[in-house]
Amino acid sequence: MAAAQIELKDYLRETNLIHSRLIALVVLLGILALILIARVWYLQIYNNERFELLSKDNRVRLVPVPPVRGQIFDRNGKVLAENIPVFTLEVLPQDVEDMDELLDGLSKIIEVSPSDISKFKSQVRSHRKFETQVLKIDLSEQELARFSVNRHRFRGAKVQARLQRSYPYAGEMAHVLGYVGRINQRDKESIDLKAYKGTDYIGRRGIEARYEDHLLGQVGVEQVEANAHGQIIRTLDRKPPVSGDDIYLNIDVELQIKAREYLGDRRGSVIAIEPESGEVLAFVSNPVYDPNKFVNGIDHRSYNALREDVNRPLVNRTISGRYAPGSTIKGLVSMAGLEQGWNPNTNITCPGFYRLNGKSHRYRCWKRSGHGVTSMLESIMFSCDVYYYQLSNAIGIDKISAFLKDFGLGSKTGIDLKGEPSGLVPSREWKRRQRGVSWYPGDTLNVGIGQGDVLVTPLQLGVMTATLANRGKRVEPRIVGRLEHSLNGDAEEEVSLMKGAELGQVNASDQSFQTIIDAMTAVVQHPRGTAHRAAGLNAEYTMAGKTGTAQVVGIAQGAEYDASILNDFQKDHALFVSFAPVEQPKIAVAVIVENGGSGSGAAAPVARKVTDFYLLGKDANAPVDAGTLSQTAATVGLGVAR
Amino acid sequence: MFRIKVDMPLLFGLMLLSVSSLFILWSAGGESSRLIINQAIRMGVAVTGMIIIAQIRPATLFRWTPLFYTAGLVMLALVLLVGDVGKGAQRWLDLGVIRFQPSEAMKLAVPMMVAWVVTRKSLPPNMKNLFWATSALMVPSMFILVQPDLGTALLIIMSGALIIFLAGFAWRHIAILSALSVAFVPIAYYFILEAYQQRRIQTLIDPWSDPLGSGYQIIQSMIAIGSGGAQGKGWGQGSQSQGDFIPDRHTDFIFSVFSEEMGFIGVLLLITVYVALVARGLYIAYYTKDTFSRLLAGSLSMTFFFYVFVNIGMVAGMLPVVGVPLPLISYGGTSMVTLMAGFGILMGIHNHRSLMSR
Repeated sequence: MAAAQIELKDYLRETNLIHSRLIALVVLLGILALILIARVWYLQIYNNERFELLSKDNRVRLVPVPPVRGQIFDRNGKVLAENIPVFTLEVLPQDVEDMDELLDGLSKIIEVSPSDISKFKSQVRSHRKFETQVLKIDLSEQELARFSVNRHRFRGAKVQARLQRSYPYAGEMAHVLGYVGRINQRDKESIDLKAYKGTDYIGRRGIEARYEDHLLGQVGVEQVEANAHGQIIRTLDRKPPVSGDDIYLNIDVELQIKAREYLGDRRGSVIAIEPESGEVLAFVSNPVYDPNKFVNGIDHRSYNALREDVNRPLVNRTISGRYAPGSTIKGLVSMAGLEQGWNPNTNITCPGFYRLNGKSHRYRCWKRSGHGVTSMLESIMFSCDVYYYQLSNAIGIDKISAFLKDFGLGSKTGIDLKGEPSGLVPSREWKRRQRGVSWYPGDTLNVGIGQGDVLVTPLQLGVMTATLANRGKRVEPRIVGRLEHSLNGDAEEEVSLMKGAELGQVNASDQSFQTIIDAMTAVVQHPRGTAHRAAGLNAEYTMAGKTGTAQVVGIAQGAEYDASILNDFQKDHALFVSFAPVEQPKIAVAVIVENGGSGSGAAAPVARKVTDFYLLGKDANAPVDAGTLSQTAATVGLGVAR
Repeated sequence: MFRIKVDMPLLFGLMLLSVSSLFILWSAGGESSRLIINQAIRMGVAVTGMIIIAQIRPATLFRWTPLFYTAGLVMLALVLLVGDVGKGAQRWLDLGVIRFQPSEAMKLAVPMMVAWVVTRKSLPPNMKNLFWATSALMVPSMFILVQPDLGTALLIIMSGALIIFLAGFAWRHIAILSALSVAFVPIAYYFILEAYQQRRIQTLIDPWSDPLGSGYQIIQSMIAIGSGGAQGKGWGQGSQSQGDFIPDRHTDFIFSVFSEEMGFIGVLLLITVYVALVARGLYIAYYTKDTFSRLLAGSLSMTFFFYVFVNIGMVAGMLPVVGVPLPLISYGGTSMVTLMAGFGILMGIHNHRSLMSR
């Protein structure tokens, strides 16, 4: 009872104590609030005039100085992407008294299109009035002179020298370099705005996008004093910008141009890789588009025309096109067999078709009359399908798909470009997961000749060929060879080399590689090899290769493939892979000609010419004397073997 | 039946601030919808957290205080050992899923712990109790001071000191301590403060001595505020704010954007909302029944106003720049969650005021 009383007394005492302290806090709150209000009143009301003057007139500005975007060169130092000075006509809306009058006056001395004006007006509306807007890009010399003379009449308008991205080789490098575009609202949501202060462009595709961080450079800052008209009186302090890194590609632009020339006007892809290093020497996807049109925003009509073009010039086939590899993977299937103990001396009789045990379905060889008794070497040399039906049926899909994957098919090559698909090497689990049905023996036969569900990109084919040339040493392909840093940046070294990772060794014996490389050499060198007439005649070096044909439309059982009745987009794709010289490979090439018909007819000559140009500097399209002309004519249209 | 209870006056004031925050962020952040959406999401999270906390009884809080405090202290120690460095200071703890600033949790844990210590014995606290209360306050503050985060450390010390003040720390002792701290200022300046902190104080005394260097930000901010005048230049029309003169204008320096564009009238309204919120908090402290709740409610409310005072003070050139955001207006998530949690505790105290639950 007494204790409770004491507690109650304590409680009342505490309550009174805290209440008095809370009242003290209320007083403190009032005082602090008054101090804040007094301070703000002192600044905003008492000293308003002084600060208003400071804010309007003589003031210090921080002006971002944009860095110069890094240039891009080919392996021999030829300029592929540069920055050229252009003069732009710009307007600061807050300094303009009558916008319509100004635009009217300007359009009398400078050619401004109505679309320029409407674009400019919408920019002015959507931005704040102290942000400068561009009225016209790239003034001519005469316009520049006329403006300079009349400048006093156009308050708020000024001419600014700016750097604009330019691609001297236009379309030739479009699929490699990509392009830069003006930074738009969507970009602004995702980029570090501080890093892009004063910068107008951002890499959109290809190397420009992939190496954006390196090409961009670091923004500098100038502290300047400006007068009431916003004109800069003097520079007080300056932190210079750091130019972006210059990029040197492994690509040889001469080879690149020639490779596309050899492809002609056909849709397709050529990739050339130095096997030892993984350096990409040529990376062609045809047709192309002009990246220069995208730099300042392409107009809708041109863009739609590009997008709706049936030849799809905007698609980068080399990296993202997925094709059935056809017979080009027969070498790999053979090696899978050899590694499983298949005897290379086994002979198989090819009657022109193959039947699975107890089934009536005929899996046909491309040669309806059959190849007769065929060895492994001959199976590659003549590209006999029946041999591979039997071989793949014997070793089974599990071994084949594991081996193809070990070679890097079905996964990204790791090239330094964005948007690479992984392709597809089908397997039992894949089919169960994707299609919900189990694997049939017939599926294995299709995979064995590179048809069915197998999908590869031209780039993967090129890398696969380089791996063959390397006898199993896998490397990551690299477009960029080295970066050269600006010396006033924080880079420690002047140059950094961009080497592809070494991906290890394919699990196969030297003996297997030797057998397959011998057979692929015979494809080109042996008078009866499928690519001999198209790629092997009069060669000054040894070349190993393999033709392939990828079906675009299914051919019904018992029907005949007849190119003459199919329209152009239904014809088979022509493929060819090769490397040379066989003893010490310097170049691996993969060619795909869409709807080109047979690999030997359409694709192999391209690979031969590319290799000739690279190894010998010999240009097949150079003017030739009459003797060689007839020989070239004889090659065309011959050799329809698959 | 379980009913969700909130305090309407507090909620109304907080909503006013949140809406003002989104408005001024639109202007200060370069009209970026990403910024607005992020901020709105954080507000949603913070308000949800606040409402959940508002349902907790003060007695439950009291029981969990030592554990909460100990956990916070352990995490503070961890930050010093393995924390992430952000903006040159070691404040973040990466928990894999979220990055977390333990010093934020301590803004609540320290006043709770100090109140817990002093209410175990009758008030006013005796010397022994004062010693424990002061230790509970100073140990985490020192940890935060060496991160280094002077602003947060000082505000945490303030929140604990407020509890001790409310608990009846004698006025004459307060006078002695104040005299000692004034004497301590020069020692602190020369021996404790880092070079960058010293520079901030020099800048404060005479910003025009280095108008392009350390004085730049504060001069530009004062020009922004001063040129706003009575009515302001209008939303999105502040030439100082929009012309990119003020670094950190959407975070710590958002008040200069606000006052340039909204003018003195806007500032008066803003400060009124803040004062009203704090007054409501002090009212809750006054009318609640148990001692722990009273101390905590009083401290949390008044600390909130200290944040306002320190931020506006530094932006308006009265106090050194210590990196304290303007509560509930500045862009940023962590501090908003803590502040809203504090209001949740206040609401919880008010919701359960009639229960003698010690």
